[in-house]
Amino acid sequence: MAERSLTRKLTASLVPALPYLWLGVFFLVPFLIVLKISLSDPAVAQPPYKPVFDWSDIAGFFSQLDLDNFETLVGDDLYLSATLSSIRIATISTILLLLVGFPVAYAMARAPERHRPLLVALVILPFWTSFLIRIYAWIAILKPEGLLNQGLMALGAISEPLTILNTEWAVYIGIVYAYLPFMVLPLYAALEKMDDTLLEAALDLGSPPWRSFWTITVPLAMPGIIAGSLLCFIPAVGEFVIPDLLGGSETLMIGRQLWSEFFSNRDWPLASAVAILLLIILVVPIVIYRDVEARRLETES
Amino acid sequence: MTRRLSLFNLTSLIFGFAFLYLPILLLVVYSFNASRLVTVWGGFSTQWYGALFRNEALMEAAWVTLRIALLSATLATVLGTLAALALTRYGRFFGRTLFTGMVYAPMVMPEVITGLSLLLFFVAIGLDRGFWTIALAHTTLTMCFVTVVVQSRLMTFDRSLEEAAMDLGAPPLRTFFAVTLPLIAPSIVAGFLLAFTLSLDDLVIASFNTGPGATTLPIKIYSQVRLGLSPEVNAASAILIGIVTLGVVVATLLTKRSAARARRDGH
Repeated sequence: MAERSLTRKLTASLVPALPYLWLGVFFLVPFLIVLKISLSDPAVAQPPYKPVFDWSDIAGFFSQLDLDNFETLVGDDLYLSATLSSIRIATISTILLLLVGFPVAYAMARAPERHRPLLVALVILPFWTSFLIRIYAWIAILKPEGLLNQGLMALGAISEPLTILNTEWAVYIGIVYAYLPFMVLPLYAALEKMDDTLLEAALDLGSPPWRSFWTITVPLAMPGIIAGSLLCFIPAVGEFVIPDLLGGSETLMIGRQLWSEFFSNRDWPLASAVAILLLIILVVPIVIYRDVEARRLETES
Repeated sequence: MTRRLSLFNLTSLIFGFAFLYLPILLLVVYSFNASRLVTVWGGFSTQWYGALFRNEALMEAAWVTLRIALLSATLATVLGTLAALALTRYGRFFGRTLFTGMVYAPMVMPEVITGLSLLLFFVAIGLDRGFWTIALAHTTLTMCFVTVVVQSRLMTFDRSLEEAAMDLGAPPLRTFFAVTLPLIAPSIVAGFLLAFTLSLDDLVIASFNTGPGATTLPIKIYSQVRLGLSPEVNAASAILIGIVTLGVVVATLLTKRSAARARRDGH
C-alpha cells in the first residue's frame, strides 16, 4: 500500500513537473543565453560569438562580459530612431484600432442575443487564416496600380493613383487589419455585460446620449479597452512581417532591425542586445497586461 | 429580448466585417485570374492551381510544414493540458509564480525574441538546425495557448462530479480519465487545433530555427512574396483559406452538437 501511494504521488507530481521542466529548458534557459550573448563580443567564427560558458574558468567568464553592444545601441542614432518609431507606430495603430474596433464591438453587444455567437465566430475566423496571407492580400490592394486605386479612379474620386504601399500608412492599415480581432473581442466581452437600464435611466433623467457614452459606457468598458489596447500594442512594437512587407525600406521598426542584424549583418551579439532592448521597452506593458488578465480570471471564476 | 439594431450600429457592423473579409475575398477571386499580372483581371482560369501542384518545392514545403504542425501540436496539447491541470488543481506549489509567468510570457513576447533566443539555445547545445528545432520551438510557443484554452474550461466546470468519483473511491488517475477528461475534451480539441494552426502559420520563429531541408510553407511563401506578387501564391493561399474555413465550420458544428447533448443530458 505504501508503495502504491508512493507511485501515486510520483505520477501526481509529474503533472506540474513536465510542463515546468519544458518551459524551463526551452523558455527560461534560452532567454538567459540571449542575455549572456548580448554582453559578449562578436567573433569571426561559427557560431559568430565568443564561447558561451566554460566551467573551469568562471572568473574569466564574467570578466569577458561587457556592455559594448549596448554602447553601440545607445551611440547609434539608427537604434534610437527605430525604437522611437516602433513606439510611435504601435501607439497610433492602437488608437486607430480603438476607433475602428469600438463601434464594431458595441454593435455586436447590441445585436439580438441569438445572433451574437455567429458575430463572435465571424470576428475570430480571419484570425485562423494565415497572418502572412492576410498581409500579402493587402499588397495587391494598396499598390499604385492595385485594386484600391483602380476602384477609386473608376469612381472618379481621384485622378492620380495614391501612393500607399511602402509608406507608414500601409503599416497602419496592416496592423489595424491583422489585430482587429484582438481589440474587438475584449471590448465586446466588457460591453456585453453592460446593463442597458443604466443608459435608459440616464436618458430618462435628461442626459444627452454623448454624455451617457462618456460617463457610463466608456468607464464600464474600461477593462476591455485596457486589455484590448495592451494586446495590440505589445506585439505591434515588435512587429516584423507587416513593416517588412507593407512598409518599404523607409519604415524603421525595432523588430525589423533585430531581423536584419541577425540575417543580413550576422551580428548575433548585437541582435541579442536589440532583443534585450525590445524586452525592456515591453516589460512594463507585459506586467500590466498580466495583472489585468489575472484579475479578469479571478472575477470570472 | 430581441431588439432591432440602430442604423449606426448596423453600419458599423457592415463596414467592420467588409474590412475583415474583402481582402481575403479579393485574394481568392484573383487566384482564378488568367493573367500573370495579379491585379489585372484577364478572365477566369484555374491554371495557377495546376501550376501549384506541379511546383515540387512548394509541395515539399507544404509536407514539411504539415509534419511539424502535427508533431508540435500533439506535444503541445499534452504539455499544455498538464500545465492547465497544474494551474487549476494543484493550488500553491513551489515556484508557481515563475510557472505562471513562463506560461503567459511566450504568448505576448514578440516572435523575433522567442525565435532568436531558441536559436541561440539550440546552437549552444549543439543541436543541428532543421525539422526538430522548428518542432521544439513551435511546441514551446503553442503549449502556452493550449494551457489557456484548457485552463478556462477547467475553471468553469462543476467540481462536484470529480469529488463524487473520489468519494466513491476512484483513484485520482482513474477519476481524471473517467470524469475530467471527457468533460474537458472539447477544449483539448480546440487547443490542439489552435496549436496546429499557429504552427502552420508561423514565419518568424521558423525562419530563425530552420536549417537545410526544412523550408516550411510560410518561409517559402515569404521568399516568393518579397520578389513580388505571384498568382501561384494566391492559389496556395486560397486553398489554405478553404481548408481553414471548412475546419472551423466543422469544429463549430461539433461543439454545438456536444453542447446541445450536454444540455439534453441535464448538465
